[in-house]
Amino acid sequence: MTVKELELTACRIRRDILTEVFNAKSGHPGGSLSIADILAVLYFKEMNINPQDPQDPDRDRFVLSKGHCAPALYAALAHRGFFPTEDLPTLRKIDSYLQGHPDMRKVPGVDMSTGSLGQGICAANGMAMAAKLDGKNYRVYTVLGDGELEEGQVWEAAMFAPHYKLDNLTAFIDLNLLQIDGDVRKVMNPTPVDKKFEAFGWNVISICAHNYEEITEAIEKAKQTKGKPTVIICSSTKGKGVSFMENEASWHGSAPDEEQYNLAVAEIDAKIKELEGEING
Amino acid sequence: MAKKIATREAYGNALAELGEIDKNIVVLDADLSKSTKTDAFKKKFPERHINMGIAEANMMSTAAGIASCGKTVFASSFAVFAAGRAFEQIRNSICYPKLNVKIGATHAGISVGEDGGSHQAVEDIAIMRALPGMVVLSPCDAEESKQAVFAAAKYDGPVYLRFGRLAVEPVYEEGKCPFELGKGITLREGKDVTVVTTGLMVQESLAAADILKSKGIEAGVIDIHTIKPLDREIIKRAAGATGKIVTVEEHNIFGGLGSAVAEVIAEEAPAKLLRIGLNDEFGKSGTPAALLEEYGLNAEKIAEKIEKFVK
Repeated sequence: MTVKELELTACRIRRDILTEVFNAKSGHPGGSLSIADILAVLYFKEMNINPQDPQDPDRDRFVLSKGHCAPALYAALAHRGFFPTEDLPTLRKIDSYLQGHPDMRKVPGVDMSTGSLGQGICAANGMAMAAKLDGKNYRVYTVLGDGELEEGQVWEAAMFAPHYKLDNLTAFIDLNLLQIDGDVRKVMNPTPVDKKFEAFGWNVISICAHNYEEITEAIEKAKQTKGKPTVIICSSTKGKGVSFMENEASWHGSAPDEEQYNLAVAEIDAKIKELEGEING
Repeated sequence: MAKKIATREAYGNALAELGEIDKNIVVLDADLSKSTKTDAFKKKFPERHINMGIAEANMMSTAAGIASCGKTVFASSFAVFAAGRAFEQIRNSICYPKLNVKIGATHAGISVGEDGGSHQAVEDIAIMRALPGMVVLSPCDAEESKQAVFAAAKYDGPVYLRFGRLAVEPVYEEGKCPFELGKGITLREGKDVTVVTTGLMVQESLAAADILKSKGIEAGVIDIHTIKPLDREIIKRAAGATGKIVTVEEHNIFGGLGSAVAEVIAEEAPAKLLRIGLNDEFGKSGTPAALLEEYGLNAEKIAEKIEKFVK
């Protein structure tokens, strides 16, 4: 997939994030929008997965440790063919399989149930460990929020992965610097994130979360790194792609009203049209 | 007299035996393998024994990840830390997705002894029992512990196994425990009262029944190795037969076996009920024998309470 095609895919994911959260009248748009580009690269370029066989034991695994950003994951999975995109607006509804937070027992393609922060990276470690035990060469990816780094369990996991040389594990930190109560550095400062992971023995790469070449290159470097896990620290914009949501903590966990939704979708649709024009020449 | 063996030791031995048969078994421990006895497994299968360090929360969520890849994982620590410190990890990483993780919790109850109240779980049955889908096992001796470990491995889903620190006399001869998941075992028939008990209190209850017999009271004894799902039929039959039920457990009287039995009695089989256990209090330091005496959980004290209850 070309950079333009990845960008177009990320736009479609962003559009569906908005549609999901708008229809649910609740959910987490800000942090979902900030990871759309990472998910586009993972699900449409990097990961060895098969929508026709979501339980393939040899598949690459993905754990959304910041589980509240389920709208982004569901949009990526639906566009990748794990389930119909038409189901996305049923998010959080009583008869829907699309639970408010990822549920591995209900949603095809979800590899781990998450939502309680700090636990996903540990589960990802477990999957990477299982691959080592079985002599399999699948890779495990996980995405954490920067606010999530305040959970002590994350640092237990940060100690574990290098100790057992889990070089088949790649963790992304979505460093958008905002959490519910505001600036992460004011709520409970987790920075400097890079130096902390370095000290714990990780291979640390810092990139822009919205640059496809940088994301792809960082994943390649992670694959080539032997003997230790890689963390990719992704400087991101919370609410990325919708101008009035960008860098606003208030969009962490609230849904747009109809007027806001139409405005947001119009902005993304314009981008989609532009990209389709460029791709189709 | 047969050799005394702690149920935790039987747990370690059972894992080592199980590891031979089932190559899919992985054991995690949090720096306590010499105490939880999972070192017996570690000696035979070092590559399948993972030391997590002193990090119980991480251990439970990591166990979930390993289990999601098709392994059967036993995660071990002291009951206080397994069920207590890592409760929410057990809830969200293990029980919510119904993953195949078995929690081997040793050092349960006040018979831990000298380490004191901080290390004596008296609430673990209650909190594990409240988790949707969690199976709760509490075997009484070495043979039953072995059966419980094998049954847990066979069962697909989360299981909490409660073991004690103290070496205890066998109730069952080797190979002669009729263990069936979810079924109680009638150890002794009695027409005056039925003692429903679990774990290390089974031996004390049997001894209490002997004391009561010498006083002309016929007490039946039922071993509840599976606290959840509870064998409701055996409780109902006992309630119908004697009309008087006594529960005995090394646990707070709130939320444990006594409460589980009370639910059955209140809903389906009215009978008089006495719950013997910790009366909403923590344990403390002392020898196991001194503690059981002080908290009223040795055979003599149990017999005294039952005698009063029956009369």
